[in-house]
Parts: sequence; C-alpha cells; structure tokens
Amino acid sequence: MENKTLSLDDQFQERIDRGENIEAKDWMPEKYRKTHIRQISQHGHSEIIGMLPEGNWISRAPSLRRKVALLAKVQDEAGHGLYLYSAAETLGISRDELMEQLNSGKAKYSSIFNYPTVSWADMGAVGWLVDGAAIINQVMLTKTSYGPYARAMVRICKEESFHQRQGYEIMLSLCNGAGVQKAMAQDALNRWWWPSIMMFGPRDEESPNTEQSMKWKIKKKTNDELRQQFVDQTVPQAEILGLSIPDKDLKWNEERGHYDFGIIDWEEFWNVVKGNGLMNEKRLKDRNAAWDEGQWVRNAALAYSEKQVERKAKKIA
Amino acid sequence: MLKERLYDYLLHLGDNSMILGQRLGELCGHGPELETDIALTNISLDLFGQVRNYFQAAAAIKGDGATEDSIAMLRYENEYKNTLLVEQPNDDFAHVIVRQFLFDVYHQLLLKELMSSKDETIAAVATKSIKEVNYHVGFSSTWLKRLGDGTEVSHDKMQEAVNKLWRYSLELFKPTDTEIWAAESGVGADLDQLKPIYLEKIKMFMDEATLGLPEATVFQYGAKSGRHSENMGYILADFQYIQRAYPNMKW
Ligand SMILES: [Fe+2]
Ligand SMILES: [Fe+2]
Ligand SMILES: [Fe+2]
Repeated sequence: MENKTLSLDDQFQERIDRGENIEAKDWMPEKYRKTHIRQISQHGHSEIIGMLPEGNWISRAPSLRRKVALLAKVQDEAGHGLYLYSAAETLGISRDELMEQLNSGKAKYSSIFNYPTVSWADMGAVGWLVDGAAIINQVMLTKTSYGPYARAMVRICKEESFHQRQGYEIMLSLCNGAGVQKAMAQDALNRWWWPSIMMFGPRDEESPNTEQSMKWKIKKKTNDELRQQFVDQTVPQAEILGLSIPDKDLKWNEERGHYDFGIIDWEEFWNVVKGNGLMNEKRLKDRNAAWDEGQWVRNAALAYSEKQVERKAKKIA
Repeated sequence: MLKERLYDYLLHLGDNSMILGQRLGELCGHGPELETDIALTNISLDLFGQVRNYFQAAAAIKGDGATEDSIAMLRYENEYKNTLLVEQPNDDFAHVIVRQFLFDVYHQLLLKELMSSKDETIAAVATKSIKEVNYHVGFSSTWLKRLGDGTEVSHDKMQEAVNKLWRYSLELFKPTDTEIWAAESGVGADLDQLKPIYLEKIKMFMDEATLGLPEATVFQYGAKSGRHSENMGYILADFQYIQRAYPNMKW
C-alpha cells in the first residue's frame, strides 16, 4: 500500500486535499494546531473588540427600532466571539488564556476596530463595509479544513450577512433623508472606505503565509483577490446610495472586468496594526477594565458552584 | 379624560422598561464575561420590545403625528414617569444585579395582574412579556444568590448595593393619580395589593442569598411624577441626542 510510505504530515495533507474535515481529536501537525489557535482566537478577539465601536452608539441610537437592531447586532458579535473561542478551546487553549492574550496586547485583532465611530452614519458604514468585508473572508472559511472552525463560520456567516444588510439599510435611510443626513453618510464612507479595503491584509507579495494557508484551506483566495472582489461588489452599492467612493483612481477596467483602484496607504495600515491608531489604547483599556472589574464576579460564581457541590455531597452522605 | 389617563398609564409602564433598558444598553460589551453580556443585552432587548408595544399604543391614542419615537425621545425630563430605581447608574455588577432584581420581582407581579387588564393592548403585551420577565427574575435572582453567597468580597459588594438601592424600591408601589385610576378602572394593577407580596418575595430571595435588607430605611419617591435624580438628565442627553440635534428626520 502506497499510504504506508507516506509520512504523517503527508497523510494529513492528503486528507485535507480529499476535502475531509480535521476534527479536534485527530492527529495534526503542531504547526497546524498553533496556526489555527492563533487564527481562530484572533478572529474571536476581533468579534469581541468589534462590540466596542458599535456599542458606543447603543445609548444614542436615533430611534427605538434602530436601538433594538443595534443591540441585537452587538449581541450577535458576542455570540460569534463565543463560538470562535469554543472552536479555539478544542485545540487546547483555555478561555482565561485567550482573554489574557487579548488583554495583554499579545494577541492581535482586526485593526479596523481601532478607528473611532463618530457619527450615527458609522453604524451604517460599519455594517455595510466592515461586516461586508468580513463576510467575504468568512464565506471562504466555511470550507476551511478544521471542522470546528468551519462549522462556527457557517453559523456566523448567516448573521453577518444580516448585519451587512442592516448597515446598508441605515445608509439608505440617510441617503434618502435630509441633506445633513446624506452628508453624514458620505463622511462615514470617506472615513471607512480605505480601512475597509485594508481589512484583507497586505498585498500578496508581502503576505508570506498565503501558500501554507492555501494548503490548509484557511485561504482559498489571496488577499488581493478578495480585496478586488470586495471593491467590485461595493462600488455599485455606493452608486445606488448616490455616494462617491473617496478614490480618484477608481474606475471600471473593461479589459480586466474589474474595477481598478488607487494605492493603499500601507504606512497607515501598519501604524494601526502596531498600536498607533486613534482607538487602540481605549479598546484595550475597555476590555481590560471589563475583565478586571469582573474578576470578583467570576470568583464568586466559582465559589458558589463549589459550595453547591459540597452541599449536595453532604446531603447524600 | 379616559384617553388621557390611559395614555399616561402607558407611559408609566413604558418608561420604567425604557430607562432600565437604556442602562443595560450602556453595559453592552463591558460585562464580566461574555455570557452575562449576552444575557443582559437580551433583557434590554426584551424591555425595549415592550416599550415599543406600549408606545405604539400611546401614539395611536395621542394622534397628531405622534410616534413611538416622539413619545420615547421628545419629552422633557420631568415628563418621564419612570422610578428612581431604574435610573440608578451601573456602578458595578453588584448594583446592576440588585437594581435588576428589585425591578424584576415587581415587574413580574405587575404583569401577572396586567394580563387580565380591561385594556386589550395592555393585556396582550403583558401576556407576551410575562414569559420574558419570568426569565429575567430567574437571571437576576440566580445572580443575587451566586454573588450574595459566593465569596466574602462578593457578599460585601452585594450587601452594599442592597443598602444603597433598597431606598428606591418602594416608589414602585406608591401609586400616582394615574395608577390609582388604572387600578380602579381595571386597566392597571392595584399596587397596594402587590406590595406585601413583593416584600415577602424579596425577603425570601434575600435570605437565600444570605443578604439582609437595611433597617430604618428612608425611602425616596418622586420620579414617577417627574422629580428625577441628577442621573436622568445625563441618560436623556444620550438617549435623545440625535432626535434633538437633527429634529424631524427619519432614521
Ligand atoms: Fe461577527
Ligand atoms: Fe466577524
Ligand atoms: Fe457582524
């Protein structure tokens, strides 16, 4: 049998190539495990940090309907964080470790959340563009090789596309509203456009992990391919809104069958990744405060459940 | 006259849920763990769902272009009829839980009565909402026990929150003219009847949680007829911000 001569690594890769899912109890190369812990937890952290810029507008939402929708959306993101942390936990990391990595700044999360949400229109732009960009990545991940991750993505994607429509609908209302509302929408697009297309990560030439990620089906398309897909799908949506995308080089390229677009300011991108965005400090400070101020609560819940166990044991004895 | 009374009663019902929902909304993303964040957001969502039902009915009564949002967001501070309890700040998780618990037990008793209200809308909202509020009582009373009977630290924090918040509890049961009308006409609940049941329930849960009610409390009243604490202005500054800054627009 040919298989017997294959190394464990090769057999593992063969399973993935055949389209099998890898499950938590299966053997896996250490690098696969580590990469997945890193990627899944980063993804989970992004959901959790992502609650903050939108949570920022819950108390100021303009109508009861919008407030309820925003509350539900931010709650969904907490749920996404939970699914993803559970998926990461299957690989042998605990929730406490995950939180410690996030709070200490050791773990990364999507840089987009280090931009401020300064107007109500940002709730529209974030849903439309940020959730929109996230979906493109996440739809791809529903077919990824690691089973728990892929299944988490299936659940998450349904909600994300709802978020995107909700965000777009906020933009539509603004654009059909008074002049000051449309201006608010344009201003939000101006601020969120470039950070959104940066969400797909560095250019392919500068993205060394792509080849390995493709083999493990963490990626099926490169950063630049995904970015192009996002631009192509978003430009017509902006036209319907009657908003202009803040890129003078943006134009349809008949030959390529895609939009050409201008040069991304990668210096800004790396600055924010490295912690120098407007909101990096505040986001981490808020997470740390929530965690630290919650310590006595978690301690008490644990102590209480231990007491309950003891009491039951005494009753039986 | 009757319409005005009914309108006013709907505001009594809606405002408590709304201001508490608003306070819980401020917490979203800042809870001690993801699970409690999700649960408190759920409660906030339930409360705002009820508010929308009450205020849609109120808007229909008022007419003249009134909407759920104009009723929710375009009143002056002294026109809000919520109690002092629900406007108290999210000082820490102990205060959040105690505030919630003191309100939930009242809310459950109230809705049980309102299920047989002579007003169809109120009866329908109460029938729908009672299931939600049963869950709220379960949530807050469980946390009351966990934290009251958890560690020494948590016990002390909870007792402190009880000592601080208990003084706002009985306002829930001191009827305004509108609430007296509602009880007499069969539209609303008779708060005098509910009060002893409330006190008994609260004591039972507090005992289980190894917490005590403070003695010689000087109770605080007034918000239901428009005399709010300083908190209210700040709540409304957030809550009304967009409606005030950009009047007469659709969102
Ligand atoms: Fe999400
Ligand atoms: Fe996401
Ligand atoms: Fe989302």
